[in-house]
Amino acid sequence: MSAEESKPGWTSLPIGAVLLTPGSAEQNKTGTWRLKRPVLDAKKCTNCLLCWIYCPEPAIMRGAKTIEFSYDYCKGCGICATECPTKAISMTEET
Amino acid sequence: MVALKELPTRELFGPGHRMCTGCGPAATARITMKALEKPAIIVNATGCLEVASTIYPDTAWKVPWVHTLFENTAAVASGIEASLQAQGRADAVDVIAFGGDGGTFDIGIQALSGALERKHDFTYICYDNEAYMNTGIQRSGATPYGAATTTTPAGSKIPGKLNPKKDLIGICAAHGIEYAATASVAFWNDYISKVRRATAVKGPAVLHVLAPCPLGWRFDTSETIKLAKLAVQTRYFPLYEVENGKYKLSMKVPKPVPLEEFLKPQGRFRHLFAPEFARNLEELKKQVESNWNRIAQLCGEPIVQTQPASG
Amino acid sequence: MAKVVSQKIVGMNGDEAVAFAAKQAKVDVVAAYPITPQTIMVERFSDYVADGEVDTQFVCVESEHSALSACVGSSLAGSRVFTATSSQGLALMHEVLYLASGLRTPIVMAVANRALSAPINIHNDHSDMMGSRDCGWIQIYAENAQEAYDWTLQAFRIAEDHNVSLPVTVNLDGFTISHAMEGVAILEDGEVSKLVGKRQPKYRLDPDNPMTFGALTLPDYYSEFKRQQVDAMDKTPPVIAAVADEFKKVSGRQYSDVSCFNVEDAEAVVICMGSIAGTARTVATRLRQQGKRVGVLKIWQYRPFPTRTIAELLSKVKCTGVIDRAVSFGAPYGALCSDIASTKVQTQIQTRILNVVCGLGGRDVKPTDIEQVFEKALRCADGTPVDTSVSYLGVRQ
Repeated sequence: MSAEESKPGWTSLPIGAVLLTPGSAEQNKTGTWRLKRPVLDAKKCTNCLLCWIYCPEPAIMRGAKTIEFSYDYCKGCGICATECPTKAISMTEET
Repeated sequence: MVALKELPTRELFGPGHRMCTGCGPAATARITMKALEKPAIIVNATGCLEVASTIYPDTAWKVPWVHTLFENTAAVASGIEASLQAQGRADAVDVIAFGGDGGTFDIGIQALSGALERKHDFTYICYDNEAYMNTGIQRSGATPYGAATTTTPAGSKIPGKLNPKKDLIGICAAHGIEYAATASVAFWNDYISKVRRATAVKGPAVLHVLAPCPLGWRFDTSETIKLAKLAVQTRYFPLYEVENGKYKLSMKVPKPVPLEEFLKPQGRFRHLFAPEFARNLEELKKQVESNWNRIAQLCGEPIVQTQPASG
Repeated sequence: MAKVVSQKIVGMNGDEAVAFAAKQAKVDVVAAYPITPQTIMVERFSDYVADGEVDTQFVCVESEHSALSACVGSSLAGSRVFTATSSQGLALMHEVLYLASGLRTPIVMAVANRALSAPINIHNDHSDMMGSRDCGWIQIYAENAQEAYDWTLQAFRIAEDHNVSLPVTVNLDGFTISHAMEGVAILEDGEVSKLVGKRQPKYRLDPDNPMTFGALTLPDYYSEFKRQQVDAMDKTPPVIAAVADEFKKVSGRQYSDVSCFNVEDAEAVVICMGSIAGTARTVATRLRQQGKRVGVLKIWQYRPFPTRTIAELLSKVKCTGVIDRAVSFGAPYGALCSDIASTKVQTQIQTRILNVVCGLGGRDVKPTDIEQVFEKALRCADGTPVDTSVSYLGVRQ
């Protein structure tokens, strides 16, 4: 059966294309888009959270002392690296 | 004013959406969700945000959300608000409409005008990336003078769009609404305060947010916030509020950064730096200054003329 | 079994009757824009609102496109919704019609049928609704103000049934029905409340249970949702029949997909919709007195088209004259006749078909016009070869 044919049919889908599961897009791991990945130098991080607020995905998680990248979703835009006031984030080539 | 640590960690606009890398509107939508203080219902116009955040069976939204058509967002929002009034829930639930500049300035202006005139209790947020980006970067009424788009290309004869940007907030304010304001995705604190101010209004409120598009404006994906900041710092995009007809500047910009610093990183303005279009670059500068002065004057701020008045 | 209560008769025109039905159905939201000849509906409803006779949120929108868009919003938020329009208004909301049916919103809309411009004409024909007949809405045609009232009430139940969840238009001829006063038998408010109940939406916009409506579907999913709509249309006729039975118990009036007048033993039948059915029955009665075996088949339920019913009724009819009140430019038959011809092909009945277009732009359809149709159909029934292309009645050369 092709990938297409294995998808649910009209008798089982909720009518009107309504989506009942909030945030179901989480199953789409956009990290595969990346050409560059952000790397944190934790010593320089002041936990100002500017990277966190500007991340469009979001792919940055807040922690008690610092942030953590969610590489499952990070598309590698580099906004975090640009906006970090202490240059704690650098963009390196995705391997 | 709010500290970042005070903002909720919950992500109501979640990851896994398919907005472009470095998308300004995506950041705008996310920050808007962070600003919410009440349960909300989101109404979204056809456009980048809607199309890339809800591709069946994926939805990036964890709030009740509806997309219908391109030009009717404010009308759908009116209907939802009327329903909430009928249910006695209008005070407990915020109705927030998102539309791009296309769905707001142009095709959506009628529905917006009607909704504002009828004074529905909702907030309309226009995320402005200055062209019809979703369909391939065609010009809109929000595209600035001199910008290249696919329907106003920088040709050898005509260098981009030759009409100025529509004054959306002026149009909205003319409806006698309590609150309208501009914002920039780069000034997150200012924007969050404005979202909260707008949603607190008992009646309609409009926010016009500059949300740069790396693909359409042709700049590196890492510079979205930087450019959204420069737009304000060069006075290209003034930040102000209009409360019951009274204009108030949100950010004074006493020493504007030269406009070139905002224009140069963007491919859509590159042609303006060719000698044969120097006149057009000057015209853009004049228009930016005269627009700033117009707003400054309305805000009761001093104006300074460095350029001869725009022709 | 409930006894039919004797009903008060009130002088109302079609527009007033529809507005009254919407009031009794306790709609939560009305969003509408005025257009002749629908205007009396919105004006009357505004009176109810201004006098506190209804709790409805009445949104005076700035265009028909916004009217139906607001209705979609309200309906998705869980409210019972009503609107109305005609002609240009219906055409302007064309894309929203497909939106409403695709999103499965059980909106009820009355259409006071009026000709489409150009040239501009404010009078009655069916070109407005026919221009949107594929929009996925259930479409009912009323013959008079009584039927407009009765069908509007039933429409809420039909639309909101979970096996259906489709929007409904109740069509009434502009001016002929909308503005003509009749004695309309009305039900008591309590009876209407029992009949229509309260809307119980399956899915709605609700912060307590967040859902996403209107997602983009790519080629891998779109077809399945259209197939669901087809299924809903297929499930509609039994729902209409069940609601009609309930309605009969309380009103004494029986509705169905079609209404027959002397069709059983007819050799020639005229098929039509809306107000001219009355004229057709008058002519048929007179011709029967002359010994001619004629009948009138009036269609109430245009979409979903009652193919099976019509095939059974026409199985022994020798010739069927179909009256269209709109032109389908460039097509071999008018819209209604196309459906009858398709029925014939699909069910393999033998009746010969004639198509007549008349009554465009409010041109009066006179008894003599309909008599011409019957005579032509009778000649055809006798086996006389008759020109079977569309004929345009009452048009000056």
